Parts: sequence; C-alpha cells; structure tokens
Amino acid sequence: MSVPTEIDREEVRRLVEQGAQLVEVLPADEYEEEHLPGAVNLPLRRLEEQATELLDRRRAVVVYCWDSA
Amino acid sequence: MGFTQVYDYVAGKLDWLAAGLPIEGASAAHPRAGDVARPEVPTCGLEERLEDVQARVRAAGWDACVVVNPERVVLGLLRAKELDGDPDQRIEQAMRPGPSTFRPHVPIAEMAQYMVEHDSQNAPITTSDGRLVGLLRQQDAVRTAHELHQHHHGEEGGPA
Repeated sequence: MSVPTEIDREEVRRLVEQGAQLVEVLPADEYEEEHLPGAVNLPLRRLEEQATELLDRRRAVVVYCWDSA
Repeated sequence: MGFTQVYDYVAGKLDWLAAGLPIEGASAAHPRAGDVARPEVPTCGLEERLEDVQARVRAAGWDACVVVNPERVVLGLLRAKELDGDPDQRIEQAMRPGPSTFRPHVPIAEMAQYMVEHDSQNAPITTSDGRLVGLLRQQDAVRTAHELHQHHHGEEGGPA
C-alpha cells in the first residue's frame, strides 16, 4: 500500500460518500462491538495478506484504529 | 499491492464516537448518553439578562438552561439555583461556568451511576469540540439504565 494520507472526520465522510472503503484494523472483537457504518474488519496483522482479497484496489481505502495513540 | 488511494483517519473510532456519529455493531443498540439527552433544552447567551431567560425557561417547562456561544459551544449552566438569582444579572454573572460535560457515546448505565454518585441532576452532553448535543437528566439516565438492566435480565432468564 502507498503511504497513507492523514485525514480528519469530515474528510472521512466526504470520501465515503464518494465510494471509499472503510477498514477497521482493530481486533475482531473490538470491531464487532462497534465500528463505523459500512466498515470492514482487517486486523493489522492480516492487512497485507488479505487487503487484495477483500478490497477493491480501484477505490479509495480509509483505514482507522481506536485513536491516534 | 496496487492500492494508490489510501487514507489514514488518524483520530480514529474514538473521535467518531465522541462526535456522536452513527455506528454499527453489537453495542449500537444500547442506549448511550447522546441517545437519552434532551436536545430541546433551553439555551441562552452570555449577554442576555437573567430575567428574560427565567421567563423563557419557565414558559418552556424547564428548570435548567445551557449557556452557549453562537456555535453552540457550552459555556455554562443555569440550574434551578442560578435561575432563582438576581434577575438584573447578565447570564455571564449568574451562570455556573465550565460545567462538567460528557461525550455522546458514554453508556447510559455509566452515566446513571456517575450522576447518582455525584448528585448531578443535569449533565450537558457535548461533541468532542464542545458543541451541545443535549442535556441529560438524572431521572432519564436512571430510568433508561434500569430498563436496560431489566431487559437483559429477562433475556438471560433471570428473575423479573
């Protein structure tokens, strides 16, 4: 994956409206508890291995974690 | 891997929750502070006179008012005690400044416990940038938490 561009909440909403794919990289149990609408779960340790399988490389991808820590 | 448009939402899920935005998942159906807070709480500005605000708040059937700026950022709170003050005061003098505020995503049971332990009748619920979502009443928080507890007890086959 190319080096990600950092974005804020408003840009997330704008990109999602334009068809971007949302990816939560937290563990599955945290994803199941709550996640952004429409987000898929790709825990960090499986991201590289499963990204090409689960995501459309023609569309933008927005990844997120719990916070900036 | 061929992905050319990749973005990192650095502030993450916590930022999204704190902004009171919709979520999906197992806990999405559980009531939170933002769901139970009353958005129709009367508001007023710093420069208004207490007398004018008293009349408006009472006419609306409330005993509390949240002081906000034009962007709806919370600046203070007028509880019954402050509303009974000298009517000639400006709101800035009469209000309780800088009240404790809470984010919309806090579970209602947690809010109910906190409000009872701290004898807090009213808690302003705000987004992460301080904008008012609504005022959470202790009675509403406690009632909703109780209903949630009863519901879970019923689902687990426990005593009614």
